[in-house]
Amino acid sequence: MEKIKSLADLKKMQGDLRAKMELREKSNHPDSLIQVKVAMATCGIASGAKEVMEVFVEEFSKRNIEAVVTQTGCMGYCYAEPTVEITKPGCDPVTFGYVDVKKASKLIDKYILNNELVDGIIPVNYASIDKK
Amino acid sequence: MAQIKYHILVCGGTGCRASQSEDILKNFQELIIDKGLGTEVQVVKTGCFGFCEKGPIVKMMPDNTFYTKVSPADCEEILNEHIIKGRKVTRLLYTDPETKEQVSDSKHMEFYKKQIRIALRNCGFINPENIEEYIGRDGYQALGKVLTELTPDATIDIIKKSGLRGRGGGGFPTGLKWEITRKVKADQKYVICNADEGDPGAFMDRSVLEGDPHSVLEAMAINGYCTGASKGLVYIRAEYPLAVERLKIAMRQAREFGLLGQNIMGTGFNFDVEIRYGAGAFVCGEETALIHSMEGKRGEPTVKPPFPSESGYLGKPSNVNNVETYANIPVIIIKGAEWFSAIGTEKSKGTKVFALAGKINNVGLIEVPMGITLREVIYEIGGGIKNDKKFKAVQTGGPSGGMLTEKHLDTPIDYDNLIAAGSMMGSGGMIVMDEDDCMVSMAKFYLQFTVEESCGKCSPCRIGNKRLFEILEKVTKGQGTLEDLDKLKNLSNVIKDTSLCGLGQTSPNPVLSSLMNFPDEYNEHVVSKKCRAGSCKSLMQYIIDPDNCIGCTLCARNCPVNAISGERKQPHIIDQEKCIKCGACMEKCKFNAIHIN
Amino acid sequence: MEMVTLTIDGKHVEVEKDTTILKAAKTVGIDIPTLCYFELKDMNIENRPGGCRVCVVEVKGRRNLAPACTTTVTPGMEVNTHSIRVLNARRTVLELILSDHPAECLTCAKSGNCELQSLAQQLGVRDIPFQGAQSTYRKDTSPAIIRDVDKCIMCRRCEMMCNEVQTVGALSAVNRGFMAVVAPAFEMNLEKSPCTYCGQCVSVCPTGALTEVDHSRNVINSLADPTKTVVVQTAPAVRAALGEEFGLEPGTLVTGKMVAALRRLGFDYVFDTDFAADLTIMEEGSELLDRLTRYLKGDKKVKLPILTSCCPGWVNFFEHNFPEMLDIPSTAKSPQQMFGPIAKEYFGKKLGIDRKNMVVVSIMPCIAKKYECQREEFKVDGDPDVNFSLSTRELAHLIKQANIDFNALPEEDFDNPLGESTGAAVIFGNTGGVIEAACRTAYELYTGKKLKNVEFKELRGMENIRHATIDFDGLPINIGIAHGLGNARKLLEDIRDGKSHFHAIEIMACPGGCIGGGGQPYHHGNSEILKKRAAAIYREDAGKPIRKSHENPFIIELYKEFLEKPLGEKSHHLLHTHYFDKSAGIFVDE
Repeated sequence: MEKIKSLADLKKMQGDLRAKMELREKSNHPDSLIQVKVAMATCGIASGAKEVMEVFVEEFSKRNIEAVVTQTGCMGYCYAEPTVEITKPGCDPVTFGYVDVKKASKLIDKYILNNELVDGIIPVNYASIDKK
Repeated sequence: MAQIKYHILVCGGTGCRASQSEDILKNFQELIIDKGLGTEVQVVKTGCFGFCEKGPIVKMMPDNTFYTKVSPADCEEILNEHIIKGRKVTRLLYTDPETKEQVSDSKHMEFYKKQIRIALRNCGFINPENIEEYIGRDGYQALGKVLTELTPDATIDIIKKSGLRGRGGGGFPTGLKWEITRKVKADQKYVICNADEGDPGAFMDRSVLEGDPHSVLEAMAINGYCTGASKGLVYIRAEYPLAVERLKIAMRQAREFGLLGQNIMGTGFNFDVEIRYGAGAFVCGEETALIHSMEGKRGEPTVKPPFPSESGYLGKPSNVNNVETYANIPVIIIKGAEWFSAIGTEKSKGTKVFALAGKINNVGLIEVPMGITLREVIYEIGGGIKNDKKFKAVQTGGPSGGMLTEKHLDTPIDYDNLIAAGSMMGSGGMIVMDEDDCMVSMAKFYLQFTVEESCGKCSPCRIGNKRLFEILEKVTKGQGTLEDLDKLKNLSNVIKDTSLCGLGQTSPNPVLSSLMNFPDEYNEHVVSKKCRAGSCKSLMQYIIDPDNCIGCTLCARNCPVNAISGERKQPHIIDQEKCIKCGACMEKCKFNAIHIN
Repeated sequence: MEMVTLTIDGKHVEVEKDTTILKAAKTVGIDIPTLCYFELKDMNIENRPGGCRVCVVEVKGRRNLAPACTTTVTPGMEVNTHSIRVLNARRTVLELILSDHPAECLTCAKSGNCELQSLAQQLGVRDIPFQGAQSTYRKDTSPAIIRDVDKCIMCRRCEMMCNEVQTVGALSAVNRGFMAVVAPAFEMNLEKSPCTYCGQCVSVCPTGALTEVDHSRNVINSLADPTKTVVVQTAPAVRAALGEEFGLEPGTLVTGKMVAALRRLGFDYVFDTDFAADLTIMEEGSELLDRLTRYLKGDKKVKLPILTSCCPGWVNFFEHNFPEMLDIPSTAKSPQQMFGPIAKEYFGKKLGIDRKNMVVVSIMPCIAKKYECQREEFKVDGDPDVNFSLSTRELAHLIKQANIDFNALPEEDFDNPLGESTGAAVIFGNTGGVIEAACRTAYELYTGKKLKNVEFKELRGMENIRHATIDFDGLPINIGIAHGLGNARKLLEDIRDGKSHFHAIEIMACPGGCIGGGGQPYHHGNSEILKKRAAAIYREDAGKPIRKSHENPFIIELYKEFLEKPLGEKSHHLLHTHYFDKSAGIFVDE
């Protein structure tokens, strides 16, 4: 890894990374991939998030679905762990709660492949500070 | 097979369910089939939108139209207008009470959201094990800015102006603390991050470190620049293995990127961080005890002054802040003091993270602006009390806080209001209790925690809390007297008045606040030997109603201690002396003849 | 000096900045009660953890009550030390402490000397409103100290003494909350810890949690046994403190009355440890001269400085902490242990008494002596040279038990031959005394000249670590003195690291030397008492006709008749010892 030697370095890197992330996050790009984020804080892992993540990774490779699975921290919905956020190209991210191994497969079948939503969607109920 | 084009999201939160969201769901499903839209439209039940006062809520996707106060009768119009004709049903749109404008798109309705995520801005958003994602979201920009554009004094000034106060519980002005540490002259200073989260049910610090470790590292480096410290120490519970792991990864990556270590960003500023492990003693969250623990001494507090800012770790000036406090710093630097101080109340700025737990529907980690009311937190964000029970109290501040009641529901939450109400902000635990919770038992529960976690250094905390606990136990067993209640009060006040550190000075709060807010419950326990919540086992009596009992002997045969006697076909009797209140008889009785007194 | 003005109970007070409320109040005659607080003024010993909360006072404008012992004054401060709020809190706190303290005053070793008892009296506590569990622990009996920590009130004085003053590190607070208590690491037995039995923990403990092992019953039994000849020896520091137990002014010398009392108690021979102290000087002084002479001749094998070895707490300390330096201390036994074999092997044999039928009892200002006399190397076929060692306090109890009106006793003299001693032996009781006594003898033996003035004032005093150079007729002898084991550690570390070059060093484990020993009457933190005892010791020396050990006629006689010469074969056998590495098994943080 090249060290960041100045603020200019950092700013340049941030610009590149932000563009890359926006591509991923906003998913306005039709060619971009399906994004799956699994909340992997202690509480999530304790309720089975690791296994859920494995299901996504395995199923995607088995079915040749081009998708990226990443881990993230606590989304705050403890009552509904494990939680998973799925972003399909051109769509807003949707967060699903109570995702066990079975429901993970169901999400692939229904939502990812067929755009059919599944019960247990968790509406984003907080304001983000990015927009200000 | 055609793909689904429209989604109708119906809120399945408790509040909306109470106002007929089930019927709305059913109506939509039936209408879709009637109208032959089954292949194009799908109805889905969702979790709480956190806008219960305008419920039931229906959201249309993909266009994000947000309908409020929908009734089952509105379903057909929504389908006909919105789905088939592509026109919004304007009368169901939300009207902004100030601008009087109708807002259709939920994306432009941020304002209705009770939560603002500042400290948690990256939690659940970025991959905490990838520094690039943090950098992509303005990470380390604040550090870059202070190192190249701001003097330490100017930086401290921003923090002071922002009005940020310590999030660990004390609420000391953060900028002022930094300034004090800066002013003390010393050859070595330390930046300490207090990650010794110990309140039962609280896990916000863990979540920040697990979800966004770099924000803490960045803030510590900023503090190092401001106070003149080149070394940072994170004191973290060893019981937080994942947080430790992610923090270690973050430190390694930050070093690889040159964001920790020597000559950061070419500015000549050196700063690095070490991890120190705590063994999970609650008292080590107290800063002097924490420092002693890091020094390898017994984790017990010492009298302040001297404050750690003057003489801390190894006798050197040490700036101790909590995880959540640090997590706020980079944003404040980037967005400015004015932006931050616009959020919150006059004396408490910004947001606070709470771990919402107890008898509430949406248990979770929330971040709300200071000044929000308990009612909003419990009923809007928390989705109300579980199983439609009646709200009784909420405990803020963990074992150091007090129980707040119905009358405090509309009090804006900030440091000073909570103290005035007999509780405190604490580190952010918020436990909701309903009518089934006995206030005496709750006070006893918290006391038990303090008794176990007291370091034992000062007599009032070491012995006094134990005695408080013993008296409470007496009361819950029905052996208490009115004199005991006086003792509770006096002893609580003396413990508060004479204890050495914050632990003892606040430990009687649950007792005092419950005594103040629920005097009748205490009186019932000692005078009529009753527990209205039915949670004090010793005060419960299982009684057989002779009118309903047909003498089937089933209860007697199932009683594990042979406390039930009676002739066949004659009403039975429970010997209260023998009864262990296991409830087996009531469970077995088929004639509803056994009840609890 | 910056002054601060404030009011305490309405009284105007002006004190130096950084003064505590407690001390400020004292200047205007307001005595705020304390319990955990402890200070030995001018000796750099202070304990103020702020833990007991008995000294809380009300400070106007402050949210909670302030501990007077740790809160410093600020300008304009208004303090109230006896408001209703304070009185209620102080009493409640004391009642809490009493609610977790065994109500065993009648049989407690500390009864009458217990600071908790006095406080309960002072505050007029008549009942304890709190009933509940009591924290109980295993009782731990070591060869010298009993820990009955059910009575511990967590004042931490012992911990401060053990760690900060003595740097022994045997005691520290363990456990949490209600079960918190001061104990050795892992709550192991004191015997397994690096404890030196110096007894300073005992001397500061406000309650009966730490006391000495009581051997007075064994002594009574021996005295009652007609087949036993019971011989007693009394250490120098005892005579300067015993009177305190009988209401006499601190610093009253009670040598003659003490001898009379011992005789009335039924001891067959009342001898003096001072005699053995003179003997110690003969052996240790000769050893110093021997090493010095060889060193000056260029013998590279000779180790200097020579360290005194009279103090058993100190011996235990270096065996535990400086095992690599076991060859530096003098091999001479302590006076107590020199007395034993001389009594049994010389005096006893002279009278034709078998050593099995002879019981040697020592009266010591010390607790470590109880352990010392039980060391295996000081026994012959299982029979200890010194059978029992009693503290000054135990002797006082014994006298009281025997209905002896101590103050009405006549002054009597010690028996001969082992009761004759010089002024040099008496000053063993003070810090600096042993080395002064050694100098008196070594100077004359080395130079062959008579000393004009036997008092080496430069070796006296109460400073923690002292240095002096004594002119041995042109040869400058560098002397180091330390009292308190923490100070000893500093000196030892400097020697180990080659930073200091002394010829001889005296070390005493207890602050002030034996006059401040762990077995002395309780001083309750009053350092004036220690100073008065020290002055008494020097007074006794000044009043002695003979003030140099080598001039003690009975010592001269002993060598002529029995030992032949210092460092001779018999001496080597009876009067010298060797040391053991006791560092193993103890966790030393290096």
